[in-house]
Amino acid sequence: MSEKTPPIQATKMMKKLMADHFLALDRAAAEGSPKVAWCTSVGPAELLIAMGFEVYYPENHGAMLGASRMATDTIPVANALGYSPEICSYLTADVGAFLKGITPLTRAYGIKGVPKPDVLVFNTNQCRDVQDWFEWYGRHFDVPAIGVRTHRGVGEVRDYMVADVAQQIQDLIPTLEKVSGNKFDIDRLREVVGLSKQCTEQWRGVLEYGARVPAQLNFFDHTIHMAPAVVLRGRPEAIEYYDTLLAELVEREKMGYSAVPGERMRLYWDGMPVWGRLRMLSELMTELKAAIVCSTYCNSWIFGAFDANDPFESMARAYTELFIVRDEAYKEAYMKEHIERYGCQGVIFHDAKTCPNNSNSRYGLPQRFAEVHGVPSLVINGDLNDLRCFSDEQAKTNLEAFVEQIEEAAA
Amino acid sequence: MVFGGIDIGASATKAALVDDSGKLLGSAVLRSGVDFTASAAQGMDQALAQAGLDAGQVEGIFACGYGRKNAAMAQETRTEIACHAAGAYYHFPQALTVVDIGGQDNKIIKLNAQGLRTSFKMNRKCAAGTGAFLEEMALRLDLPLESLNGLAQEATEEATLGAYCTVFTATEVLSKIRDGVKVQALVKGLFRSVVKRVMEMDIFEGAVVMTGGVAAHNPYLAEMLSLELGRQVLLPPRPQLNGAWGAAILARDFRARQLASE
Repeated sequence: MSEKTPPIQATKMMKKLMADHFLALDRAAAEGSPKVAWCTSVGPAELLIAMGFEVYYPENHGAMLGASRMATDTIPVANALGYSPEICSYLTADVGAFLKGITPLTRAYGIKGVPKPDVLVFNTNQCRDVQDWFEWYGRHFDVPAIGVRTHRGVGEVRDYMVADVAQQIQDLIPTLEKVSGNKFDIDRLREVVGLSKQCTEQWRGVLEYGARVPAQLNFFDHTIHMAPAVVLRGRPEAIEYYDTLLAELVEREKMGYSAVPGERMRLYWDGMPVWGRLRMLSELMTELKAAIVCSTYCNSWIFGAFDANDPFESMARAYTELFIVRDEAYKEAYMKEHIERYGCQGVIFHDAKTCPNNSNSRYGLPQRFAEVHGVPSLVINGDLNDLRCFSDEQAKTNLEAFVEQIEEAAA
Repeated sequence: MVFGGIDIGASATKAALVDDSGKLLGSAVLRSGVDFTASAAQGMDQALAQAGLDAGQVEGIFACGYGRKNAAMAQETRTEIACHAAGAYYHFPQALTVVDIGGQDNKIIKLNAQGLRTSFKMNRKCAAGTGAFLEEMALRLDLPLESLNGLAQEATEEATLGAYCTVFTATEVLSKIRDGVKVQALVKGLFRSVVKRVMEMDIFEGAVVMTGGVAAHNPYLAEMLSLELGRQVLLPPRPQLNGAWGAAILARDFRARQLASE
């Protein structure tokens, strides 16, 4: 096994793809053509692409604000506007940045501002906050904010739920035709859904490199390489990217590389990343030789149900059967299956202050994992973007103590 | 052989020296201040002087606490969670729930009958129920910190304080002062608040041991927790020194494993 892990070469290609994506959006917004649609990260992006929109994802921008730690300065601006520090800090960071007239896109790509939307399309499968977020911009730009209201707390995904969501997606079409000036084309939608399916299956393949022993990629790598699955799915570029990455991973495995040199422990991460502290956490876990090999969050861009033959129903099913939409029993079973498959010895739950829907430690799940499944857990208090809610020292002590505990039990 | 432990906490630095059996030979407690490296060195020097030993006689030193990386003399670091667990188990070798109330944070650590940690929890990023809470309240009440335990013990009544947040509690305290509530009743109410915050953190199993500086200076808290739990809460001989003592025990065990593998 090599003690030195060289950087992944495909990252350069991803950086170019992301630059092209944002520059295309910037150009479209400036020229007024093609029209720009804003979409939630797990929203009906395929329909928007099929109708000829350039698609922009505010949650991706929220994560960039967090990772660049610009969010620290922008969240208070939205708080002062009446958007509580208790609600989604993607929303508050993003709206605050908009009001301050700043964006991480400037430093990364030389773009002055986020692309002005012609329409905003949300899916509440993530949370209600995305709807409030998009409606703020809808009022500001005086453009339509339309969307899909997904069922929540879902156990078994029932046909009536799928039919309802599929109908809601179809109901978006008249507005989208009016805004884009393009006629809906079912064949084009089939093609895009097919591309999305291919992309997400490749993304699944990438994530499964975490199941290797030692893991070839860890959670921190996943948070970087997931970008094309989030913002470019439905486009051929994403498929090309994952082809390249997967080919490189095959070679890296042959070379004996690993995500965490000297891996001596494997852990599962549940909840949002702490975007502004990814480097610190990654370095700490590397130092502890503990690999976080699987996460609920990065797995959330696998949409196995996509079917080009039945685009509306399969999109409805794919966007409803997500982990975040499901009930506790499903979540427990899902995590257990992944913990076993990836050989995890413990779970780190990130209880994100402003993201209750993506914080799964609040209804006794860690205790059930310990009692029923014998899997120890750690709960870290923090936030996706609001670093006022995160203590470096507490997190470090907690993580070190958790690693000590697992090692002690294994000794 | 002699082993050392140093616990550089947010408020105080504690040093302990033990022999092969884990018996305390020397110790020190001093303010951590702003130079953790210096306070660690000073603490260990004081402990050595008390024990009548030279630094060269110490086989190994482990450090814990927020400043653990600053202890230049330490051979290894462990978290304070590991060290409080080791210290408590040394004194009470059985299945335990260890409650450590420190200056900045609280910890609930569960150990099985073999002394292995099965889980732990730290308070959230909030001062409620910590030493910092009592310090802030003592300041508001214009009372010396060391007088709190006696005042709570003297109380014949208890003020009900419902708020979670330190600032909200301060407001409640001010309104109680306005209403003429006796200071003893207020302090007992503050102690109750600490006990409630601790009890909210986890389910207590097995024998319960209370450690840390707050328990050392306010043993009445342990009495109140005993009443709430319906069983005696145990205090190690030197609750504030427990983390450093545990660190020394871990240094001893580490050396024993090294010798066994040689």
